[in-house]
Amino acid sequence: MNLISDNVNQKELRRLAAKEGYTFFGLTLPYLVLVIALIAIPVGWLFYLSFIGRDGTLSLENYERMWKSKAYIKIFITTFKISILTTIICAAIGYPLAYFMSQLSKKWANICMVAVLIPFWTSLLVRTYAWLVLLQKKGLVNNILIDAGIISEPLKFVHNTTGTLIGMVHIMLPFLILPLYANMRAIDKDCMKAASSLGATPTRAFWTVFLPLSLPGLLAGLLIVFVLCLGFYVTPAILGGGKVIMAAMKISSNIEMYFNWGAASALGVVLLVVAGIILFIASKLVSVDQLGNR
Amino acid sequence: MKNTSLNISIENVTKKYDEFYALKDISLDITSGEFMTLLGPSGSGKTTLLMVLAGFTNPDYGSVKFGDEEVILKPPHLRGIGMVFQNYALFPHMTVEQNVGYPQKLRGVSKAEISRTVDEALTTVKLEGLGHRRVDELSGGQRQRVALARAIVFKPKILLMDEPLSALDKKLREEMQIELRQLHDKLNMTTVYVTHDQKEALTMSDRIAVINGGELMQLGSPNEIYEHPQNGFIADFIGESSLLPVKVSKGNVSIGSAKIKVAKPPGKDGDYLLVVRPEKVFLASANKKNDENYFHGELLDSIFQGESQLLVIKLANKLNKEQTLRIRIPNQSVTDKAFPSIGENVTLALKVADSYLVS
Repeated sequence: MNLISDNVNQKELRRLAAKEGYTFFGLTLPYLVLVIALIAIPVGWLFYLSFIGRDGTLSLENYERMWKSKAYIKIFITTFKISILTTIICAAIGYPLAYFMSQLSKKWANICMVAVLIPFWTSLLVRTYAWLVLLQKKGLVNNILIDAGIISEPLKFVHNTTGTLIGMVHIMLPFLILPLYANMRAIDKDCMKAASSLGATPTRAFWTVFLPLSLPGLLAGLLIVFVLCLGFYVTPAILGGGKVIMAAMKISSNIEMYFNWGAASALGVVLLVVAGIILFIASKLVSVDQLGNR
Repeated sequence: MKNTSLNISIENVTKKYDEFYALKDISLDITSGEFMTLLGPSGSGKTTLLMVLAGFTNPDYGSVKFGDEEVILKPPHLRGIGMVFQNYALFPHMTVEQNVGYPQKLRGVSKAEISRTVDEALTTVKLEGLGHRRVDELSGGQRQRVALARAIVFKPKILLMDEPLSALDKKLREEMQIELRQLHDKLNMTTVYVTHDQKEALTMSDRIAVINGGELMQLGSPNEIYEHPQNGFIADFIGESSLLPVKVSKGNVSIGSAKIKVAKPPGKDGDYLLVVRPEKVFLASANKKNDENYFHGELLDSIFQGESQLLVIKLANKLNKEQTLRIRIPNQSVTDKAFPSIGENVTLALKVADSYLVS
């Protein structure tokens, strides 16, 4: 037997492998620096601030306030209610649409996809104000409904939960459709044919084959939408008109009106932790499901 | 477990996409219990025809009857057929058992009966004991068996298979061909099998329907299709034939300037093709016989292929413009006889009885 060091070309091959490793490290370095500078450090700072009381000493008062103050409890209930409702409505609208798109030819599906994505390329603020214009008391929607004789008094669409939901659903829909559509496209079309040839009515085939196979995509979409909703600021602020107060808006008012960085940080930490827990649970669910997919 | 099976009669089925005929006036009767193969190159329309039988594609017009019943307007789930797909189309979110039990569950069969029939079907395809496995834990061959078990568990009278073996490697494919054939004989279901593999078709079928360009070109037993192809396309598609252009005038058949004799001289004069199967040509012995045709040429290549030796021969120019002929000599005789070496002139013989012309 040769000694290891005698093996032909071993040293050179090892050096080559090491060089490859350095290259990959070098390529990820800028991103790593960014993540540390823009995420890790600020989030650490946020954690620290959330444990500082008004008098500048370490305390838990910022967290205590959250479950003692009625105003905070109401904000949490509103945040979750709006997020859950938005997610459910997105699923109700997005699932059939994604299904429809997944059954189209590639060409038509791409055209539909562009239509879904166009709003993405428009500023969030512009889209939200556009809804305000459409939905306000003398806006296009109310005018049409009155002219058509469907209603006699303008309906209240904005500065309430309805307006907030309409705006948020519109903005969140692509986030649900994208992963769901990708999942549905990947489902083997022959599976549905097989179900059909084996005696399943189209409805039965959908419930027993298509729906279970589309669940990972649906779950991914629901999660993204829900987590994004939790911290949503612009749309509820404008379309809610100050009457629908979600966590992000409270954070903003804590800083801008009360200069209470501790309270704002504590809210931020709670949102972060909730989102983290949800993503963790979901990652378990999705990975189990995806095992079944391949 | 013999089934009562059904005959299928296809009449005038036509399907047009814009100006392109996917199926052109196809009529075909498949008798009850028969193993019928639809054979053709890709894009020939064979799969379209199978999809018409299954109900996934509606033709522009035509009739499909299972037994005496017209089914052309029936949706697929009411046709009661078993179907095996090219890529298995197993349900990835179900276990083997759940996959195989799926059609039974749809039919409202009791739990005990489902379990019994699933076991029976898994035994039939030699997968007993694998019921609890996940689909992704199975090999390609095993998946294909599950797909088969799922298609036969409810004892359909008709079984349709769309290139079910094409994703398997050669050795497994050849084993499965024999097994599928045995299974068919045991279950006696009317089987329609689609393939582009002519050897597979020859191995498995009772009858073969050769389809090309959306048309039914020839219908016959594997032997008829191989020995008496009706045209140049089939002669070329089935087996490894060389096709030599010949002229027929006043009943005389000639290749270039040389006259040959054929088994059945055609009635009409004109241009024909002589079908030369590589295994039917042999190196001529010194003494010539009356019942053989002879071809002279130069040995271009000699290729060892395991069970046989493939010789490529350039026919002498006077016969025709440059034309090569392939012949195949079984390996056992390689050691017996001295082989011509490359570049040598050889004389080939083809029995008159094997000299078959197509138009």
